[in-house]
Amino acid sequence: MIAIIDYKAGNLTSVARALDHLGYENQITDNTETILAAERVIFPGVGAAKATMGNLQKRSLDEVLIKFYESGKPMLGICIGIQILFEHSEEEDTDCLGLFPGHVKKYPAHNGLKVPQIGWNEVHQVQQHKIFDGVPNPAHFYFVNSYYPVPKMVDTIIGKTTYGLEFCSAIAHNNLIATQFHLEKSGRVGLKMLANFLKL
Amino acid sequence: MLTKRIIPCLDVRAGKVTKGIAFKGNVDVGDPVEMARFYYDSGADELVFYDITASNERRDIMIDVVSAVASEIFIPFSVGGGLRTLEDMRRVLLAGAEKVSIDSGAVRNPDIISEGARAFGSQCVVLSMQVKKVSKSEHIPSGYEIYIDGGRKPVGWDALEWSVRGVDLGAGEIVVNSIDADGTKAGYELDLTGAIADLVPVPVIASGGAGNPQHLRDVFVESNADAAIVASITHYGEFTIESIKTYLEDEGVSVRDTW
Repeated sequence: MIAIIDYKAGNLTSVARALDHLGYENQITDNTETILAAERVIFPGVGAAKATMGNLQKRSLDEVLIKFYESGKPMLGICIGIQILFEHSEEEDTDCLGLFPGHVKKYPAHNGLKVPQIGWNEVHQVQQHKIFDGVPNPAHFYFVNSYYPVPKMVDTIIGKTTYGLEFCSAIAHNNLIATQFHLEKSGRVGLKMLANFLKL
Repeated sequence: MLTKRIIPCLDVRAGKVTKGIAFKGNVDVGDPVEMARFYYDSGADELVFYDITASNERRDIMIDVVSAVASEIFIPFSVGGGLRTLEDMRRVLLAGAEKVSIDSGAVRNPDIISEGARAFGSQCVVLSMQVKKVSKSEHIPSGYEIYIDGGRKPVGWDALEWSVRGVDLGAGEIVVNSIDADGTKAGYELDLTGAIADLVPVPVIASGGAGNPQHLRDVFVESNADAAIVASITHYGEFTIESIKTYLEDEGVSVRDTW
């Protein structure tokens, strides 16, 4: 069973629908035992860092996520799910999970750059990884974000994208993979990456 | 590089697509789910469903349509038409739409924009505007006026001012529908779209007037639109999303590769 972490934010059902489509049993849940017993965990969604961290802490889900990561079972973060992995986000000056050293910054609003970035942008695979099996390099994925991660461990960066500046759009480390782009809204190429995650 | 989006718009009444759409192949031309799948397969970057159902009972049918579409296509889509309350928005989003598009409802009650943005995030709230060219006046300094109710009723507001106010209230994208250009197939309203795209810090979507692929090129390159809505030029099989994208790529416009 795949647990989709329920932290009362948007877009949880999109991921569930994509997993249904791929034929994988899944459950949207905030129950500690269910999450820890799951084969895999997905932390999806759009939202603000502060509200997301607040909702996680209220349910002690921050600790559950760290515990799940330490279990070594596959874990996937999407959009806000990549941002909260780091130590700190500029968005409302928010302390995050701190699983990885690094922070999250806002796109510089200059030269007419629209913030948030909304639309399809190229992801360049800068390292080989099983999550990219069968995915063209580069390929377009759907992004909706005003902030981007800046990992200190540069060897964890597997995907890069340019929007005003070049930023890290995907990371992988041990059992954890996270993407700034929405796999569940990126057409077939997104479904392919989701399917790859489900086979890890 | 962020690509320019092509967004087919489907008008839905009581669960059926209203325009007699002539797709080639085995598409049930009235079925929004089939049409969504057709566009998904042919490389549309996003879809818009416009619910022109009048009664509340029939809105439940629209929710079923949204839910069925969301289970089959995995690109973003928005739903507009008749959304007035936070609860209307919530139902559409929970059914699987990525965004809600509010138009006349936002003019009548601008706070719905900020309420929606607070509840679901700005990225979910698209402000759609119906705009008509009028003579410049004290109230309409740009010479572009906001209309509501299917372009029938003038509001007395300046379109440029409303776009700025909409973004301040929390709209994450702006759709600029030109009443003058709509249905002409003579091209998008380039001056209006460009003025708003230069003015607001969020993506701007051009709507109304597309008659051929060059019109999309013009609104992307000359007016700096981030996305363009198409309807009749692709619905009737005159052009395909693929052929438009091929043309745009040859013209140096960056578009999404479909895979």
